[in-house]
Amino acid sequence: MRRTRYVAAVGAAALLLAATAACGAKDDGNKAEVFTWWTTGSEALGLEALQGVLKDKHPDIAFINGGTAGGGGSAKDVLASRLAANDPPDSFQAHAGAEMLDYINSGKVQDLSNLYEEFGLTTAFPADLLDLVTKDGKKYSIPSNVHRANVMWASIPVLTEVGIDFNQITYATISDFIADLEKIKAANPDITPLTVAGTWTQVHLLETVLIAELGPEMYNGIWDGSTDPAGPEVGAALGVFETLMSYTNTDSEGEEWDFATQKLIDGKGAFNIMGDWVPAQFVEQNQIMGTDWTWAPAPGTAGVFDFLADSFTLPVDAPHPDGAKAWLDVIASVEGQAAFNKVKGSIPARTDVNLSDFSEYQQQAAAAYAQDTIVGSLQHGAAASIAQGDAINKAVAKFRSGNSNLSEFHAEFAKAVTG
Amino acid sequence: MTPVSETVTSAPPQAAPKPTPAPKRSKRKQWIKRNLPPILLISPSLILVGVFVYWLIFSSVGTSLTNNHTMPQVMGAEEVEFVGLENYANLLRDPDFLHSLRNLGLYTLVFLVGTMFFGFLWAWILEKRARFEGFFRSVLLFPMAVSSVAAGVVWRWLLSPTEGKNSSGLNRIFESLGLTGLENSWAQDSKWGILAVTIPAVWQLSGYVMALFLAGFRGIPNELREAARVDGANEWQLYRHVLFPQLSPVALSAVIIIGHMSLKVFDLIMAIAGKDAYQTMVPAIDVYNFISGRQDYANAAAVGVIMLLAVLVLIVPYLVHTAREDKR
Repeated sequence: MRRTRYVAAVGAAALLLAATAACGAKDDGNKAEVFTWWTTGSEALGLEALQGVLKDKHPDIAFINGGTAGGGGSAKDVLASRLAANDPPDSFQAHAGAEMLDYINSGKVQDLSNLYEEFGLTTAFPADLLDLVTKDGKKYSIPSNVHRANVMWASIPVLTEVGIDFNQITYATISDFIADLEKIKAANPDITPLTVAGTWTQVHLLETVLIAELGPEMYNGIWDGSTDPAGPEVGAALGVFETLMSYTNTDSEGEEWDFATQKLIDGKGAFNIMGDWVPAQFVEQNQIMGTDWTWAPAPGTAGVFDFLADSFTLPVDAPHPDGAKAWLDVIASVEGQAAFNKVKGSIPARTDVNLSDFSEYQQQAAAAYAQDTIVGSLQHGAAASIAQGDAINKAVAKFRSGNSNLSEFHAEFAKAVTG
Repeated sequence: MTPVSETVTSAPPQAAPKPTPAPKRSKRKQWIKRNLPPILLISPSLILVGVFVYWLIFSSVGTSLTNNHTMPQVMGAEEVEFVGLENYANLLRDPDFLHSLRNLGLYTLVFLVGTMFFGFLWAWILEKRARFEGFFRSVLLFPMAVSSVAAGVVWRWLLSPTEGKNSSGLNRIFESLGLTGLENSWAQDSKWGILAVTIPAVWQLSGYVMALFLAGFRGIPNELREAARVDGANEWQLYRHVLFPQLSPVALSAVIIIGHMSLKVFDLIMAIAGKDAYQTMVPAIDVYNFISGRQDYANAAAVGVIMLLAVLVLIVPYLVHTAREDKR
């Protein structure tokens, strides 16, 4: 009996303890909890640079890093469950474009049009970019940086070995490109002509093929409904994709993008098509542009800038609205965009940032951004919604595994687009 | 905690039960005295299991009957409607989901047969008084101690699909032995890739089945064997009519344990082939893919319920069987 009581008392005490722990202390200092998936490498350094600017501009606001690793899936899932539980951070990272719609339609982000007025941003960003964060005339996030997706990276030593002039790799059409891939294959069968990693990097390749084969206007038409995704033009483009995939490495499944870049650095691959977060990896391994690696627009897409942009939001019921506002001020400012993008390797979303101390690649990309035709990325949520992107990934994985033929792949692609 | 113990110590001692038949009230008191402690002790686990297992199963079934397919619905910004069995009907008509089920069936079959075969073989060899039994027992059981993800990462490399000069892993071994005909794309084979994943699975759990069978062998009294021999049974007859019947409950347990683990396979495939690979897709990875990014709770719940039903098909007959045995 005595023991029973003792156990009961201990049990009650434990429950009480658990209850108090669950209540957690609520504080209301000047803070800004920012949720990003920038947790490693140049991205984490960029976030640190932003913290520095926050400290200068708003020394009274303490930065809280709510970062979660894993840009593709896990970070967004963590964010979604926090939003669903009404426990939002003060600001979170979201790709500008169709991906934003989920948050807007869920009523989880606030209209920032007033902040645009207050910070004087209405003319700071290109109109194409602002369209992607605007719904029904309301602006829902502030873009921080722009990446180019349609870039082809090349290993200079490998190209030299197989006898391709690395200054002549701006291919006007994909057929020209395929001729060189064939040349590499013939010269050295141990070299992968075109490297890929896991499924999403293959979808990334597919999007540049679609842009090249259909042209920017028809490519945009896929997403606004004016191009029939089941039509013969799209089918032909998917056929070209099939041909390109026959020049890729087979050990790609489940790998991240850096796996494909590494093959170039290790001299095992010649070309790779990936967004311009790639130079960070080259630089990290002391690879020098012009000696070890070079770049060109993805074959057939010269004059087009296939872009994706990160942006920051103000969630509904953000616990520290003042901190959030200070953070968005930093994101929007010329200083913030300069400090952040210089380290991250992307280009500022604002057009009025002085780029003289940016890297050679960044200056070239910024010049292209200013004059090229701009289209939104499929894989990176600028043009396609999460549901469309997911379904296209699924179709590509199935096609890659050999479980669907070209016409089945085309049908599944069309169904993925129309939903 | 000290004050609590103080109170307990200073509580008046309870009256000892009387030897004579007690009046009704003290009978109830006695009942409480006898049963309250066990009820109190078991209630935390009952409540936890009730909430975190049964209530969640109930709520998953509920979600699977709705059209909760998008983030705005999950966030409560758009209506969620009851759609009955529509999600199940759509899933069971979807060739991709049927392909996942087919993969799961193949995987379960080969995994079961493989672990039972090797588990029994090893147990039989050790039972024959192999030397260094303790050593071999530990060595063969050890793969089970390795986490599936860690094992998967290693096997991912062993099962590398690259062939020829650049090959690695098993293909590299075949290449250097000149057995180039044995090189293959393993988990990336478009039709049979899922079977490559059963290799590490069998490697990992055969030792466990061996331990079960070894315990089974040890549980058979020597007298039975001697009696059979005296009756003139040869070795095969001894196994067929004396040892196998004694081992069948062990075999049944092994099938249930391995089978239900197999139906839930996730970690090994994620580590070896990743979440997108079509040729190794199984329902558990479908659940992950429905939730991740798309926030399609309804379909994820429906697949989860289908997996639960598959496990129940395996386990309920077993429970019925053991319940009957116990009664006997």
